[in-house]
Amino acid sequence: MSSMIEVKNVRKLFVNEEGEKNEVLKNVSFHVDKNEFVVIFGPGQCGKTTLLNIIAGLEEATDGEVLKMGETVSGPGPDRAVVFQDILLFPWLTVMQNVEYSMKVRGMDSRMRREEAGKYIDLVGLNGFEKAYPVQISGGMKQRVGIARAYCTKPDVMLMDEPFGALDAQTRYLMQDEVIRISSTEKRTVVFVTNNVEEAIYLADRIIIMTDCPSTVLKDIKIDLPRPRSYVDPEFLSLRKEISAMLNRKR
Amino acid sequence: MRKKEFKYYLISIGTIILFLVVWYLLSDVFQVFRKGMLPGPVKVARSFVEKLSTKTPDGNTLFGHIGASLKVVLIGYIIGVAAGIPSGVLMAWYQPVDDMVRPVFDFLRTIPGVAWIPVVTVWLGIGLKAKAAIIFVNVFVGTVVNIYSGIKQTNEVQIWVAQIFGAGRLEILFKVALPSSLPYLFTGLKVSLSMAWLGIVAAELLASQSGLGYMIQVARSLGRPDLVIVGMLTIGLIGAFLTMALEMAERVFVKGNRK
Repeated sequence: MSSMIEVKNVRKLFVNEEGEKNEVLKNVSFHVDKNEFVVIFGPGQCGKTTLLNIIAGLEEATDGEVLKMGETVSGPGPDRAVVFQDILLFPWLTVMQNVEYSMKVRGMDSRMRREEAGKYIDLVGLNGFEKAYPVQISGGMKQRVGIARAYCTKPDVMLMDEPFGALDAQTRYLMQDEVIRISSTEKRTVVFVTNNVEEAIYLADRIIIMTDCPSTVLKDIKIDLPRPRSYVDPEFLSLRKEISAMLNRKR
Repeated sequence: MRKKEFKYYLISIGTIILFLVVWYLLSDVFQVFRKGMLPGPVKVARSFVEKLSTKTPDGNTLFGHIGASLKVVLIGYIIGVAAGIPSGVLMAWYQPVDDMVRPVFDFLRTIPGVAWIPVVTVWLGIGLKAKAAIIFVNVFVGTVVNIYSGIKQTNEVQIWVAQIFGAGRLEILFKVALPSSLPYLFTGLKVSLSMAWLGIVAAELLASQSGLGYMIQVARSLGRPDLVIVGMLTIGLIGAFLTMALEMAERVFVKGNRK
Protein backbone atom coordinates (compact mmCIF):
# COMPACT_ATOMS: atom_id res chain seq x y z
CA MET A 1 0.00 0.00 0.00
CA SER A 2 1.26 3.48 -0.83
CA SER A 3 1.72 6.06 1.90
CA MET A 4 -0.80 8.79 2.56
CA ILE A 5 1.72 11.49 1.68
CA GLU A 6 4.96 10.99 -0.12
CA VAL A 7 7.36 13.89 -0.55
CA LYS A 8 9.92 13.08 -3.24
CA ASN A 9 13.13 15.06 -3.75
CA VAL A 10 11.41 18.39 -3.30
CA ARG A 11 13.50 21.48 -3.93
CA LYS A 12 12.30 25.05 -3.73
CA LEU A 13 14.15 28.02 -5.06
CA PHE A 14 12.91 31.57 -4.69
CA VAL A 15 14.25 34.17 -7.09
CA ASN A 16 13.65 37.77 -6.11
CA GLU A 17 13.31 40.77 -8.40
CA GLU A 18 17.05 41.44 -8.44
CA GLY A 19 17.59 37.87 -9.61
CA GLU A 20 19.10 36.71 -6.31
CA LYS A 21 18.44 33.05 -5.69
CA ASN A 22 17.39 31.74 -2.31
CA GLU A 23 17.19 28.01 -1.90
CA VAL A 24 14.90 27.16 1.01
CA LEU A 25 14.31 23.44 0.44
CA LYS A 26 16.87 21.01 -0.88
CA ASN A 27 16.24 17.42 -1.77
CA VAL A 28 13.52 16.83 0.83
CA SER A 29 12.06 13.33 0.91
CA PHE A 30 9.88 11.60 3.48
CA HIS A 31 6.56 9.87 3.75
CA VAL A 32 3.59 10.01 6.07
CA ASP A 33 1.46 6.95 6.77
CA LYS A 34 -2.29 6.90 7.24
CA ASN A 35 -3.43 8.16 10.64
CA GLU A 36 0.10 9.00 11.63
CA PHE A 37 0.88 12.21 13.54
CA VAL A 38 4.06 13.51 11.95
CA VAL A 39 5.78 16.62 13.24
CA ILE A 40 8.13 18.54 10.97
CA PHE A 41 10.55 20.15 13.35
CA GLY A 42 13.37 22.54 12.58
CA PRO A 43 15.04 25.34 14.48
CA GLY A 44 15.26 28.00 11.80
CA GLN A 45 12.81 30.18 9.96
CA CYS A 46 13.59 28.41 6.75
CA GLY A 47 11.45 26.25 4.51
CA LYS A 48 8.99 24.51 6.84
CA THR A 49 5.99 26.62 5.95
CA THR A 50 6.95 26.46 2.29
CA LEU A 51 7.11 22.68 2.54
CA LEU A 52 3.65 22.54 4.07
CA ASN A 53 2.29 24.90 1.41
CA ILE A 54 3.74 22.65 -1.28
CA ILE A 55 1.99 19.63 0.25
CA ALA A 56 -1.21 21.70 0.38
CA GLY A 57 -0.76 22.59 -3.29
CA LEU A 58 -0.65 26.33 -2.57
CA GLU A 59 2.94 26.67 -3.77
CA GLU A 60 4.77 24.73 -6.45
CA ALA A 61 8.01 22.84 -5.94
CA THR A 62 10.90 23.90 -8.17
CA ASP A 63 11.91 20.25 -8.51
CA GLY A 64 10.48 17.00 -7.22
CA GLU A 65 6.89 16.21 -6.38
CA VAL A 66 4.41 15.41 -3.68
CA LEU A 67 2.12 12.39 -3.95
CA LYS A 68 -1.08 11.94 -2.00
CA MET A 69 -2.25 8.32 -1.98
CA GLY A 70 -0.07 7.75 -5.00
CA GLU A 71 -1.35 10.72 -7.02
CA THR A 72 0.61 13.86 -7.79
CA VAL A 73 -0.57 16.95 -5.93
CA SER A 74 -1.28 19.73 -8.41
CA GLY A 75 -3.35 22.27 -6.48
CA PRO A 76 -5.18 22.98 -3.24
CA GLY A 77 -8.17 20.87 -2.30
CA PRO A 78 -10.46 19.97 0.60
CA ASP A 79 -8.70 16.61 1.03
CA ARG A 80 -5.71 18.47 2.48
CA ALA A 81 -7.02 21.03 4.98
CA VAL A 82 -4.64 23.61 6.39
CA VAL A 83 -4.63 25.28 9.80
CA PHE A 84 -2.58 28.41 9.23
CA GLN A 85 -0.05 30.04 11.48
CA ASP A 86 -1.78 33.42 11.36
CA ILE A 87 -5.26 32.91 12.56
CA LEU A 88 -7.19 33.91 9.51
CA LEU A 89 -10.87 33.52 10.03
CA PHE A 90 -13.22 35.56 7.90
CA PRO A 91 -13.86 38.50 10.22
CA TRP A 92 -17.26 39.25 8.69
CA LEU A 93 -18.61 35.78 9.54
CA THR A 94 -19.59 34.43 12.94
CA VAL A 95 -17.86 31.40 14.47
CA MET A 96 -20.65 29.17 13.16
CA GLN A 97 -20.53 30.68 9.68
CA ASN A 98 -16.74 30.34 9.54
CA VAL A 99 -16.93 26.66 10.43
CA GLU A 100 -19.80 26.08 8.01
CA TYR A 101 -18.08 27.85 5.14
CA SER A 102 -16.48 24.85 3.43
CA MET A 103 -19.76 22.92 3.45
CA LYS A 104 -21.54 25.93 2.02
CA VAL A 105 -19.06 26.00 -0.84
CA ARG A 106 -19.84 22.33 -1.47
CA GLY A 107 -23.54 23.20 -1.58
CA MET A 108 -24.65 21.18 1.43
CA ASP A 109 -28.10 22.18 2.67
CA SER A 110 -28.25 24.48 5.65
CA ARG A 111 -29.71 22.08 8.21
CA MET A 112 -27.13 19.38 7.65
CA ARG A 113 -24.44 22.02 7.56
CA ARG A 114 -25.45 23.43 10.89
CA GLU A 115 -25.59 19.99 12.47
CA GLU A 116 -22.17 19.02 11.16
CA ALA A 117 -20.59 22.34 12.13
CA GLY A 118 -22.18 22.07 15.56
CA LYS A 119 -20.50 18.70 16.04
CA TYR A 120 -17.04 20.14 15.38
CA ILE A 121 -17.71 23.26 17.42
CA ASP A 122 -18.51 20.90 20.30
CA LEU A 123 -15.38 18.90 19.60
CA VAL A 124 -13.14 21.94 19.92
CA GLY A 125 -15.08 23.11 22.98
CA LEU A 126 -16.59 26.29 21.60
CA ASN A 127 -20.29 25.73 22.25
CA GLY A 128 -21.96 28.95 23.32
CA PHE A 129 -19.77 31.01 21.01
CA GLU A 130 -21.46 30.12 17.72
CA LYS A 131 -22.79 33.62 17.18
CA ALA A 132 -19.64 35.49 18.20
CA TYR A 133 -17.55 37.32 15.61
CA PRO A 134 -13.81 36.61 15.50
CA VAL A 135 -12.99 40.03 16.91
CA GLN A 136 -14.89 39.09 20.08
CA ILE A 137 -12.96 35.92 20.94
CA SER A 138 -9.42 35.21 22.14
CA GLY A 139 -6.46 33.96 20.11
CA GLY A 140 -6.76 30.41 21.44
CA MET A 141 -10.45 30.32 20.60
CA LYS A 142 -9.79 31.60 17.10
CA GLN A 143 -7.31 28.79 16.53
CA ARG A 144 -9.95 26.31 17.76
CA VAL A 145 -12.29 27.72 15.14
CA GLY A 146 -9.51 27.29 12.60
CA ILE A 147 -9.18 23.63 13.60
CA ALA A 148 -12.94 23.00 13.52
CA ARG A 149 -13.11 24.69 10.12
CA ALA A 150 -10.37 22.42 8.79
CA TYR A 151 -11.98 19.22 10.19
CA CYS A 152 -15.27 20.12 8.53
CA THR A 153 -13.86 19.48 5.08
CA LYS A 154 -13.35 15.83 6.15
CA PRO A 155 -9.75 15.98 4.99
CA ASP A 156 -7.56 12.93 4.46
CA VAL A 157 -4.70 14.98 5.84
CA MET A 158 -4.61 17.86 8.30
CA LEU A 159 -1.73 20.23 7.65
CA MET A 160 -0.97 22.41 10.66
CA ASP A 161 1.51 25.24 10.29
CA GLU A 162 2.81 26.31 13.72
CA PRO A 163 -0.80 26.77 14.77
CA PHE A 164 0.08 27.70 18.34
CA GLY A 165 3.08 29.90 17.61
CA ALA A 166 1.19 33.08 18.38
CA LEU A 167 -0.36 31.86 21.63
CA ASP A 168 0.91 32.40 25.17
CA ALA A 169 2.65 29.44 26.84
CA GLN A 170 -0.31 28.44 29.02
CA THR A 171 -2.78 28.41 26.14
CA ARG A 172 -0.22 26.61 24.04
CA TYR A 173 0.00 23.67 26.47
CA LEU A 174 -3.77 23.56 26.66
CA MET A 175 -4.11 23.52 22.88
CA GLN A 176 -1.54 20.74 22.53
CA ASP A 177 -3.64 18.54 24.77
CA GLU A 178 -6.71 19.56 22.81
CA VAL A 179 -5.08 18.56 19.53
CA ILE A 180 -4.22 15.15 20.94
CA ARG A 181 -7.71 14.70 22.31
CA ILE A 182 -9.31 15.82 19.04
CA SER A 183 -7.11 13.67 16.84
CA SER A 184 -7.78 10.61 18.99
CA THR A 185 -11.54 11.21 18.65
CA GLU A 186 -11.36 11.99 14.94
CA LYS A 187 -8.59 9.81 13.65
CA ARG A 188 -6.71 11.69 10.91
CA THR A 189 -3.34 11.89 9.30
CA VAL A 190 -1.67 15.02 10.66
CA VAL A 191 1.39 16.89 9.45
CA PHE A 192 2.31 19.45 12.07
CA VAL A 193 5.04 22.07 11.69
CA THR A 194 6.78 23.56 14.70
CA ASN A 195 10.07 25.08 15.79
CA ASN A 196 9.52 24.07 19.39
CA VAL A 197 11.28 20.81 20.34
CA GLU A 198 9.06 20.09 23.34
CA GLU A 199 5.91 20.55 21.30
CA ALA A 200 7.35 18.17 18.70
CA ILE A 201 8.11 15.39 21.19
CA TYR A 202 4.85 15.91 23.06
CA LEU A 203 2.69 15.50 19.96
CA ALA A 204 4.50 13.32 17.46
CA ASP A 205 4.30 9.68 16.46
CA ARG A 206 7.30 10.53 14.35
CA ILE A 207 9.49 13.62 14.05
CA ILE A 208 11.12 14.74 10.83
CA ILE A 209 14.01 16.93 11.87
CA MET A 210 14.96 19.57 9.32
CA THR A 211 18.22 21.50 9.01
CA ASP A 212 18.37 25.25 8.63
CA CYS A 213 18.66 26.98 5.21
CA PRO A 214 18.51 25.34 2.75
CA SER A 215 16.29 22.96 4.66
CA THR A 216 16.65 19.25 4.23
CA VAL A 217 15.77 16.17 6.28
CA LEU A 218 18.39 15.66 8.96
CA LYS A 219 16.78 12.77 10.74
CA ASP A 220 13.53 10.88 10.91
CA ILE A 221 12.81 9.53 14.42
CA LYS A 222 9.95 7.47 15.72
CA ILE A 223 8.70 8.60 19.12
CA ASP A 224 7.21 5.66 20.98
CA LEU A 225 6.79 7.23 24.39
CA PRO A 226 3.47 6.13 25.89
CA ARG A 227 0.61 8.64 25.93
CA PRO A 228 -0.37 10.76 27.74
CA ARG A 229 3.15 12.14 27.76
CA SER A 230 4.74 14.34 30.35
CA TYR A 231 7.22 17.16 29.84
CA VAL A 232 9.22 16.08 32.89
CA ASP A 233 9.34 12.36 32.20
CA PRO A 234 13.05 11.26 32.18
CA GLU A 235 12.67 9.60 28.80
CA PHE A 236 11.08 12.76 27.41
CA LEU A 237 13.99 14.82 28.71
CA SER A 238 16.64 12.52 27.33
CA LEU A 239 14.96 12.60 23.90
CA ARG A 240 14.94 16.34 24.04
CA LYS A 241 18.63 16.38 24.90
CA GLU A 242 19.39 13.98 22.09
CA ILE A 243 17.58 16.06 19.47
CA SER A 244 19.15 19.31 20.66
CA ALA A 245 22.60 17.73 20.54
CA MET A 246 21.93 16.52 17.02
CA LEU A 247 21.13 20.05 15.89
CA ASN A 248 24.13 21.56 17.66
CA ARG A 249 26.46 19.12 16.03
CA LYS A 250 25.03 20.06 12.67
CA ARG A 251 25.65 23.72 13.38
CA MET B 1 -18.75 54.89 29.97
CA ARG B 2 -22.12 56.63 30.12
CA LYS B 3 -20.63 59.37 32.26
CA LYS B 4 -17.92 59.93 29.69
CA GLU B 5 -20.49 60.20 26.91
CA PHE B 6 -22.47 62.69 28.93
CA LYS B 7 -19.36 64.77 29.45
CA TYR B 8 -18.67 64.66 25.72
CA TYR B 9 -22.16 65.96 24.93
CA LEU B 10 -21.78 68.68 27.51
CA ILE B 11 -18.51 69.84 25.94
CA SER B 12 -20.03 69.79 22.44
CA ILE B 13 -22.98 71.87 23.52
CA GLY B 14 -20.67 74.24 25.37
CA THR B 15 -18.60 74.76 22.23
CA ILE B 16 -21.66 75.53 20.14
CA ILE B 17 -22.90 78.03 22.71
CA LEU B 18 -19.47 79.65 22.84
CA PHE B 19 -19.45 79.92 19.06
CA LEU B 20 -22.87 81.61 19.06
CA VAL B 21 -21.83 84.00 21.83
CA VAL B 22 -18.65 85.04 20.00
CA TRP B 23 -20.62 85.47 16.82
CA TYR B 24 -23.18 87.58 18.68
CA LEU B 25 -20.49 89.74 20.28
CA LEU B 26 -18.65 90.33 17.00
CA SER B 27 -21.76 91.19 15.02
CA ASP B 28 -24.36 92.81 17.23
CA VAL B 29 -22.40 94.14 20.21
CA PHE B 30 -19.03 95.33 18.90
CA GLN B 31 -20.03 95.56 15.25
CA VAL B 32 -16.50 94.85 13.98
CA PHE B 33 -17.63 94.73 10.34
CA ARG B 34 -19.25 97.50 8.37
CA LYS B 35 -22.92 97.68 9.21
CA GLY B 36 -24.93 94.88 7.60
CA MET B 37 -21.91 92.85 6.48
CA LEU B 38 -22.08 90.32 9.32
CA PRO B 39 -25.61 89.72 10.56
CA GLY B 40 -25.92 88.32 14.05
CA PRO B 41 -27.22 84.89 15.01
CA VAL B 42 -30.66 86.23 15.89
CA LYS B 43 -31.06 87.88 12.51
CA VAL B 44 -29.88 84.73 10.73
CA ALA B 45 -32.27 82.56 12.72
CA ARG B 46 -35.13 84.88 11.81
CA SER B 47 -34.15 84.78 8.11
CA PHE B 48 -33.90 81.01 8.32
CA VAL B 49 -37.43 80.64 9.65
CA GLU B 50 -38.72 83.21 7.19
CA LYS B 51 -37.00 81.47 4.27
CA LEU B 52 -38.81 78.23 5.09
CA SER B 53 -41.96 79.78 3.61
CA THR B 54 -40.98 82.76 1.43
CA LYS B 55 -39.93 82.45 -2.17
CA THR B 56 -38.23 85.86 -2.48
CA PRO B 57 -35.67 86.83 -3.58
CA ASP B 58 -34.63 83.75 -5.54
CA GLY B 59 -37.89 82.13 -6.53
CA ASN B 60 -37.97 79.24 -4.10
CA THR B 61 -38.38 78.36 -0.43
CA LEU B 62 -35.49 76.84 1.51
CA PHE B 63 -37.06 73.40 1.16
CA GLY B 64 -37.38 73.96 -2.57
CA HIS B 65 -33.67 74.67 -2.81
CA ILE B 66 -32.71 71.76 -0.59
CA GLY B 67 -34.88 69.48 -2.71
CA ALA B 68 -33.34 70.78 -5.94
CA SER B 69 -29.78 70.25 -4.68
CA LEU B 70 -30.47 66.86 -3.09
CA LYS B 71 -32.18 65.54 -6.18
CA VAL B 72 -29.18 66.33 -8.36
CA VAL B 73 -26.72 64.95 -5.82
CA LEU B 74 -28.60 61.71 -5.33
CA ILE B 75 -29.09 61.09 -9.06
CA GLY B 76 -25.40 61.69 -9.78
CA TYR B 77 -24.31 59.80 -6.68
CA ILE B 78 -26.41 56.70 -7.19
CA ILE B 79 -25.47 56.37 -10.85
CA GLY B 80 -21.83 57.02 -9.99
CA VAL B 81 -21.79 54.33 -7.29
CA ALA B 82 -23.79 51.88 -9.40
CA ALA B 83 -21.32 52.24 -12.26
CA GLY B 84 -18.24 52.59 -10.08
CA ILE B 85 -18.58 49.39 -8.06
CA PRO B 86 -18.69 46.94 -11.00
CA SER B 87 -15.98 48.87 -12.86
CA GLY B 88 -13.66 48.83 -9.85
CA VAL B 89 -14.35 45.14 -9.23
CA LEU B 90 -13.64 44.21 -12.86
CA MET B 91 -10.39 46.16 -12.81
CA ALA B 92 -9.24 44.67 -9.54
CA TRP B 93 -10.23 41.07 -10.25
CA TYR B 94 -9.39 40.66 -13.95
CA GLN B 95 -5.85 41.54 -14.89
CA PRO B 96 -6.51 42.12 -18.64
CA VAL B 97 -9.25 44.65 -17.81
CA ASP B 98 -6.87 46.36 -15.43
CA ASP B 99 -4.11 46.51 -18.05
CA MET B 100 -6.46 48.00 -20.62
CA VAL B 101 -8.38 50.50 -18.54
CA ARG B 102 -5.88 51.67 -15.94
CA PRO B 103 -3.74 54.01 -18.10
CA VAL B 104 -6.76 56.03 -19.22
CA PHE B 105 -8.37 55.91 -15.80
CA ASP B 106 -5.24 57.04 -13.99
CA PHE B 107 -4.96 59.98 -16.34
CA LEU B 108 -8.61 61.02 -16.11
CA ARG B 109 -8.75 60.79 -12.34
CA THR B 110 -6.07 63.45 -11.93
CA ILE B 111 -8.49 66.02 -13.39
CA PRO B 112 -10.27 67.68 -10.46
CA GLY B 113 -14.05 67.40 -10.44
CA VAL B 114 -14.73 71.13 -10.74
CA ALA B 115 -12.57 71.28 -13.87
CA TRP B 116 -15.31 69.33 -15.61
CA ILE B 117 -17.88 72.06 -15.03
CA PRO B 118 -17.10 74.26 -18.08
CA VAL B 119 -16.98 71.45 -20.57
CA VAL B 120 -20.09 69.78 -19.16
CA THR B 121 -22.05 73.04 -19.33
CA VAL B 122 -21.06 73.32 -22.98
CA TRP B 123 -22.33 69.80 -23.67
CA LEU B 124 -25.35 69.61 -21.42
CA GLY B 125 -26.32 73.16 -20.53
CA ILE B 126 -26.96 74.22 -16.93
CA GLY B 127 -29.85 71.97 -16.06
CA LEU B 128 -30.18 68.88 -13.92
CA LYS B 129 -28.37 66.67 -16.41
CA ALA B 130 -25.26 68.81 -16.46
CA LYS B 131 -24.96 69.01 -12.69
CA ALA B 132 -25.73 65.33 -12.18
CA ALA B 133 -23.01 64.55 -14.73
CA ILE B 134 -20.44 66.52 -12.74
CA ILE B 135 -21.42 64.73 -9.54
CA PHE B 136 -21.30 61.43 -11.42
CA VAL B 137 -17.71 61.96 -12.55
CA ASN B 138 -16.57 62.74 -9.01
CA VAL B 139 -18.37 59.86 -7.38
CA PHE B 140 -17.47 57.34 -10.07
CA VAL B 141 -13.75 58.01 -9.75
CA GLY B 142 -13.82 57.87 -5.95
CA THR B 143 -15.82 54.65 -5.87
CA VAL B 144 -13.62 52.88 -8.40
CA VAL B 145 -10.42 53.82 -6.55
CA ASN B 146 -11.73 52.60 -3.20
CA ILE B 147 -13.28 49.31 -4.20
CA TYR B 148 -10.24 48.61 -6.36
CA SER B 149 -7.82 49.00 -3.49
CA GLY B 150 -10.23 47.21 -1.17
CA ILE B 151 -10.21 44.13 -3.36
CA LYS B 152 -6.49 44.31 -4.05
CA GLN B 153 -5.72 44.18 -0.33
CA THR B 154 -7.62 40.92 0.19
CA ASN B 155 -5.43 38.71 2.31
CA GLU B 156 -3.75 36.01 0.26
CA VAL B 157 -4.15 33.39 2.97
CA GLN B 158 -7.90 34.04 3.13
CA ILE B 159 -8.04 33.34 -0.58
CA TRP B 160 -6.04 30.16 0.07
CA VAL B 161 -8.53 29.07 2.71
CA ALA B 162 -11.34 29.41 0.20
CA GLN B 163 -9.33 27.57 -2.45
CA ILE B 164 -8.65 24.69 -0.09
CA PHE B 165 -12.37 24.48 0.52
CA GLY B 166 -12.82 24.12 -3.21
CA ALA B 167 -14.21 27.57 -3.99
CA GLY B 168 -13.96 28.77 -7.59
CA ARG B 169 -12.72 32.17 -8.67
CA LEU B 170 -16.16 33.76 -8.83
CA GLU B 171 -17.11 32.30 -5.46
CA ILE B 172 -13.91 33.73 -3.98
CA LEU B 173 -14.71 37.14 -5.46
CA PHE B 174 -18.19 37.25 -3.96
CA LYS B 175 -17.59 35.47 -0.68
CA VAL B 176 -14.08 36.59 0.22
CA ALA B 177 -12.77 39.55 -1.78
CA LEU B 178 -15.96 41.62 -1.76
CA PRO B 179 -16.80 41.19 1.92
CA SER B 180 -13.23 41.96 2.87
CA SER B 181 -13.29 45.11 0.74
CA LEU B 182 -16.49 46.46 2.32
CA PRO B 183 -14.81 48.71 4.90
CA TYR B 184 -12.82 50.33 2.09
CA LEU B 185 -15.93 50.70 -0.02
CA PHE B 186 -17.77 52.47 2.79
CA THR B 187 -14.89 54.85 3.36
CA GLY B 188 -15.08 55.61 -0.35
CA LEU B 189 -18.85 56.05 -0.26
CA LYS B 190 -18.60 58.51 2.60
CA VAL B 191 -15.82 60.53 1.03
CA SER B 192 -17.57 60.70 -2.34
CA LEU B 193 -20.84 61.69 -0.74
CA SER B 194 -19.28 64.70 0.91
CA MET B 195 -17.41 65.45 -2.31
CA ALA B 196 -20.66 65.23 -4.24
CA TRP B 197 -22.30 67.60 -1.81
CA LEU B 198 -19.41 70.05 -2.12
CA GLY B 199 -19.46 69.63 -5.88
CA ILE B 200 -23.13 70.48 -6.21
CA VAL B 201 -22.68 73.76 -4.38
CA ALA B 202 -19.75 74.68 -6.62
CA ALA B 203 -21.74 73.76 -9.72
CA GLU B 204 -24.75 75.76 -8.57
CA LEU B 205 -22.62 78.78 -7.75
CA LEU B 206 -21.31 78.81 -11.30
CA ALA B 207 -24.28 77.81 -13.35
CA SER B 208 -27.78 77.13 -12.11
CA GLN B 209 -31.31 78.39 -11.59
CA SER B 210 -32.14 76.64 -8.35
CA GLY B 211 -30.57 74.89 -5.41
CA LEU B 212 -28.68 76.03 -2.32
CA GLY B 213 -25.64 77.24 -4.23
CA TYR B 214 -27.88 79.30 -6.45
CA MET B 215 -29.68 80.71 -3.42
CA ILE B 216 -26.37 81.81 -1.94
CA GLN B 217 -25.31 83.34 -5.21
CA VAL B 218 -28.50 85.41 -5.55
CA ALA B 219 -28.38 86.48 -1.91
CA ARG B 220 -24.79 87.61 -2.36
CA SER B 221 -25.60 89.71 -5.41
CA LEU B 222 -28.53 91.33 -3.59
CA GLY B 223 -26.50 92.11 -0.50
CA ARG B 224 -28.28 89.68 1.82
CA PRO B 225 -25.45 88.20 3.94
CA ASP B 226 -28.04 86.77 6.35
CA LEU B 227 -29.39 84.55 3.57
CA VAL B 228 -25.86 83.61 2.49
CA ILE B 229 -25.21 82.35 6.02
CA VAL B 230 -28.57 80.54 6.10
CA GLY B 231 -27.49 78.77 2.91
CA MET B 232 -24.08 77.85 4.32
CA LEU B 233 -25.52 76.47 7.55
CA THR B 234 -28.10 74.44 5.65
CA ILE B 235 -25.39 72.94 3.45
CA GLY B 236 -23.47 71.93 6.56
CA LEU B 237 -26.51 70.40 8.23
CA ILE B 238 -27.60 68.36 5.21
CA GLY B 239 -24.01 67.15 4.70
CA ALA B 240 -23.92 65.97 8.30
CA PHE B 241 -27.23 64.13 7.92
CA LEU B 242 -26.07 62.37 4.76
CA THR B 243 -22.86 61.22 6.44
CA MET B 244 -24.84 59.95 9.43
CA ALA B 245 -27.14 57.96 7.16
CA LEU B 246 -24.15 56.26 5.54
CA GLU B 247 -22.56 55.52 8.88
CA MET B 248 -25.75 53.79 9.94
CA ALA B 249 -25.71 51.74 6.74
CA GLU B 250 -22.08 50.86 7.41
CA ARG B 251 -22.94 49.54 10.84
CA VAL B 252 -25.58 47.31 9.30
CA PHE B 253 -23.48 45.97 6.42
CA VAL B 254 -19.95 45.76 7.78
CA LYS B 255 -20.18 42.82 10.17
CA GLY B 256 -17.71 41.78 12.79
CA ASN B 257 -16.69 45.25 13.93
CA ARG B 258 -13.83 45.76 11.52
CA LYS B 259 -11.85 48.96 11.47
